Amino acid sequence: MSAVESRAGPRLPAAPPPAGEPGRLARYLTGALFLAPAFFLLGVWIVYPAVYTIVRSFFGQAGFLGHWVGIDNYRTLFTTSSLTTAIKNNAIWVAVVPALVTAIGLVFGVLTERVRWAVAFKTVVFLPMAISAFATGVTWRILYQQDPDLGAINALGRSVAGVLSPAGVLSEALPSTPGLQPSRGGLVLKAPLEPGRVALLGVTAIPPQDVPEGAAQAVRPQPAEGAVAGVVWRDFKPGGGTPGVVEAGELGLPGVTVDLRDEAGKVVKRATTGADGTFRFEDVPPGSYRAGIDRQTFAKPFGGYAWLGAKLITPSLLIAYIWIWAGFAMVVIAAGLSAMPRDVLEAARTDGASELQVFRRVTVPLLAPVLSVVFVTMIINVLKVFDLVISLAPESTQADANVIALAMWRTAFLGGQNFGEGSAIAVFLFLLVVPVLALNIRRFRREG
Amino acid sequence: MAAAAETIAVPTPRESPAAKILRYVARAPVHLVLAFLGLLWLVPTIGLFITSILPASSLASSGWWQIFSKPSLATWSNYDALFHNAGLTDALETTAYIAVGNTVLVVVVGALAGYAFAWLEFPGRDWLFLVVIGLLVVPLQMALIPMFKLYDSVGIFDTVLSIVLFHAAFGLPFAVFLLRNFFVGIPKDILESARIDGASELRIFLRLILPLGLPAIASLAIFQFLWTWNDLLVALTFGQNVQPITVWIFGQLREFGTSIDVIAPASFISLVVPLAVFFAFQRYFVQGLLAGSVK
Repeated sequence: MSAVESRAGPRLPAAPPPAGEPGRLARYLTGALFLAPAFFLLGVWIVYPAVYTIVRSFFGQAGFLGHWVGIDNYRTLFTTSSLTTAIKNNAIWVAVVPALVTAIGLVFGVLTERVRWAVAFKTVVFLPMAISAFATGVTWRILYQQDPDLGAINALGRSVAGVLSPAGVLSEALPSTPGLQPSRGGLVLKAPLEPGRVALLGVTAIPPQDVPEGAAQAVRPQPAEGAVAGVVWRDFKPGGGTPGVVEAGELGLPGVTVDLRDEAGKVVKRATTGADGTFRFEDVPPGSYRAGIDRQTFAKPFGGYAWLGAKLITPSLLIAYIWIWAGFAMVVIAAGLSAMPRDVLEAARTDGASELQVFRRVTVPLLAPVLSVVFVTMIINVLKVFDLVISLAPESTQADANVIALAMWRTAFLGGQNFGEGSAIAVFLFLLVVPVLALNIRRFRREG
Repeated sequence: MAAAAETIAVPTPRESPAAKILRYVARAPVHLVLAFLGLLWLVPTIGLFITSILPASSLASSGWWQIFSKPSLATWSNYDALFHNAGLTDALETTAYIAVGNTVLVVVVGALAGYAFAWLEFPGRDWLFLVVIGLLVVPLQMALIPMFKLYDSVGIFDTVLSIVLFHAAFGLPFAVFLLRNFFVGIPKDILESARIDGASELRIFLRLILPLGLPAIASLAIFQFLWTWNDLLVALTFGQNVQPITVWIFGQLREFGTSIDVIAPASFISLVVPLAVFFAFQRYFVQGLLAGSVK
């Protein structure tokens, strides 16, 4: 850190020992020679191209000085949907990332001050900074895969969903006769029933591998006094069979939830089928009822969120980006914390301030300059984001994930090679970071 | 940093054993939260590594965590195949040329300019330095189109040289800024006495400034190396047959699902070098980062 501190040198180095006129000329020449290589590179690779790009942005696709289009390229920027998407997305990036990264960095910085293994933690969180944004994109693309068998994040989602709302026994089944109709997410018999009748709930379209384990030959139950008996079975056997009739070779479906509803549609009894598919509602008072299979039987298993799909791609990118940059914020803020006057903190604690009060009233205000540096740096970084988007977003959703830097590259170097429009996007990006340029120069002047 | 943390961790010199235990218990949530977060931050990289050592056949049906139940699946065959793939080995070589070439160029040119701005006197010096600072924020997108055309007409499109020069120019403002600020802090007496002894400026630069400025130069070199090693945008724009590793992997991304046994290990190879550099020179890396941002 001494390297950093010793920057604060003299404002102007003292003049070399007095010399005559020829000596001065030689000194100027020496300076020019030392600077020449740097200014050659800066001039040819930054200054000339920047001027060229600004001029080029007022000309059309046809070629340099080909045909003047005025500000048409800039107008397109705000009227073409792919470009407005990019601007909107970048606005989301700017609104979300700098604030979150700074906040996370602050929390991590403060927390690590309290443990002895802080160095290990900091190293781990800082690691992504050394990795290319491109490799990070590949890494997260593996985690984000939609199939819960392949993507770790959706696999985690599936284990949570499995507890909260388990998948039903029959997720794809269809009724085998028109007498059984979809209702309330389940299937209900059209015909009303009285106690003493038998309900036949036949379903089909169940692939053999989806038949619940332990299924046995379906049995048509005997009617019983004061009860509604019934069977849920796979109303299908190789070679056909008659729909609506329990036949030899057809399997009962165990574990299915069946409801008995009154006239008002209220569930009055609930039962679960046995191995042969039979069930029975006991002690049913006289009246008219409807029997049906409950909706939870048809609950679809968790199929995974489309993290890389059109809707979620930008949030997915933001998460990966924060994963990269949290370490940067943490390290810079931790350095600011360690440089903080300890006596001020101690004084506040001695005066009886709680840790939370010390944090809010002393730590954060004292850190404000460091926090604002992190925040501003992150704004610039986020405006220029490119590698992560192009590597993490699959080609099919890159239009939805579009950001300004990516839009510039795609417009200028993919397909149409529209250099006029591409130049306008580059200039637009430049204009967005100019305020930060002014800030940098001011800070330099102040600190000399 | 660690020393500072310990001074606040022990506010009172004497503490009863009970108070000590109480303090540890009170801290337990912090330890747990940090351990959880640390793990969370490690998982993606671990996932990439494990994916890279699994055969494509097992990755088609199940995720990388299957290795915890079937550790015998692990194999180096993906890596073995990659190192016999001329595409990858060429890409690694190209990456090394670009990263090393750019680092050397930026350090040499940046140090010369940094010295001039710090210790030589000529008209307009501070003003010129301000211009350099201003160039810090010019996004490189401003130069992609003109240099694409210029490279084409000069005939150096699709060469390592064209990529290196582009990187070097955009690395220079930060380099000059960092080194000038460091060189200014070198004690004046040392330079004065060397000048009185009649040493030339070049000699002073080589014999005094470079050795004394080594910490800042090391920070800069590491930054430049990592920046160019990890670059995708510049190489993607100016290279076609000349492909560093990022561009080479990018070419495979279209078939993400089916070439995962190439993409994952190649990505891991691409990040091994930056990680090694980071671990070897962590101190300089952090210094450079702080100098660049806290300023």
